[in-house]
Amino acid sequence: MRFSTDTIKDHLIIKLEGELDHHTSEELRKKIDQLYFSNNLLNMVLDLRGLNFMDSSGIGLIMGRYKNCKERKGNLSIISTNPHIERILKMSGLLKIVNLYSSIDEIIKG
Amino acid sequence: MVERNYMRLEFLSKSNNESFARVVVAAFASQLDPTIEELSDIKTAVSEAVTNSIIHGYEYKEGMVIIEATIEDNRIEIIVEDKGKGIEDIDKAMEPFYTSKPDLERSGMGFTVMETFMDGLEVESQVGKGTRVKMIKNFKSLSDRE
Ligand SMILES: Nc1ncnc2c1ncn2[C@@H]1O[C@H](COP(=O)(O)OP(=O)(O)O)[C@@H](O)[C@H]1O
Ligand SMILES: [Mg+2]
Repeated sequence: MRFSTDTIKDHLIIKLEGELDHHTSEELRKKIDQLYFSNNLLNMVLDLRGLNFMDSSGIGLIMGRYKNCKERKGNLSIISTNPHIERILKMSGLLKIVNLYSSIDEIIKG
Repeated sequence: MVERNYMRLEFLSKSNNESFARVVVAAFASQLDPTIEELSDIKTAVSEAVTNSIIHGYEYKEGMVIIEATIEDNRIEIIVEDKGKGIEDIDKAMEPFYTSKPDLERSGMGFTVMETFMDGLEVESQVGKGTRVKMIKNFKSLSDRE
């Protein structure tokens, strides 16, 4: 699992690459939270396009970050174009509360 | 038709073995010439079962996780077993969103994922003895695919 981050306006953008499972999500969660809270950002974007594997531990990670964003009255968005990952997202009901996009431009307009 | 084949894998309950386990089973399943999607389903289901043994079965203590897989004709049967804590109420454990460890950011979707991605799921468990999860997947035969 590798990841890179970027900030555009008040969005923290996290680009994930590789495999998101229980093993990789524990470390990742700490790093994301540290960035989000220490930089005092409002919104978060999880870019899952570089993932080639995700199981239900990924759902737990996304749910947890969603809660953090809500506490700050911010939004969490997901970018994904992988049908297998979308199946898991849909199954978990996450797509009812989190918006799914296919590119960063769709989220940050203007 | 593929001739019967069998494998058994035993490894320490460490979280970095989750990817090792799913890759091994996927490589074994490749003998059935699965589609990318079918392989993806198997990897995800195995990952869920192995993760459960590590987190819930052994609760991060050391133990052995055992995987057995059998292929025959166009189906694979996968058994993931631990000698850990066991499950008190299997029906409740299998309910979508139920988790006994919400503090660890578990989603409670593991069994639901296994059920959805595989064609059969059976769970046997005894408190204090361990848990055995059996999953079956039928592959579309080559002739059906063309
Ligand atoms: N191998 C196991 N040993 C003991 N308990 C288990 C095992 N697998 C699952 N469970 C129990 O079943 C519950 C549901 O499992 P699952 O659907 O994978 O959700 P999660 O792992 O997110 O909690 C777990 O929270 C745990 O209480
Ligand atoms: Mg689980």
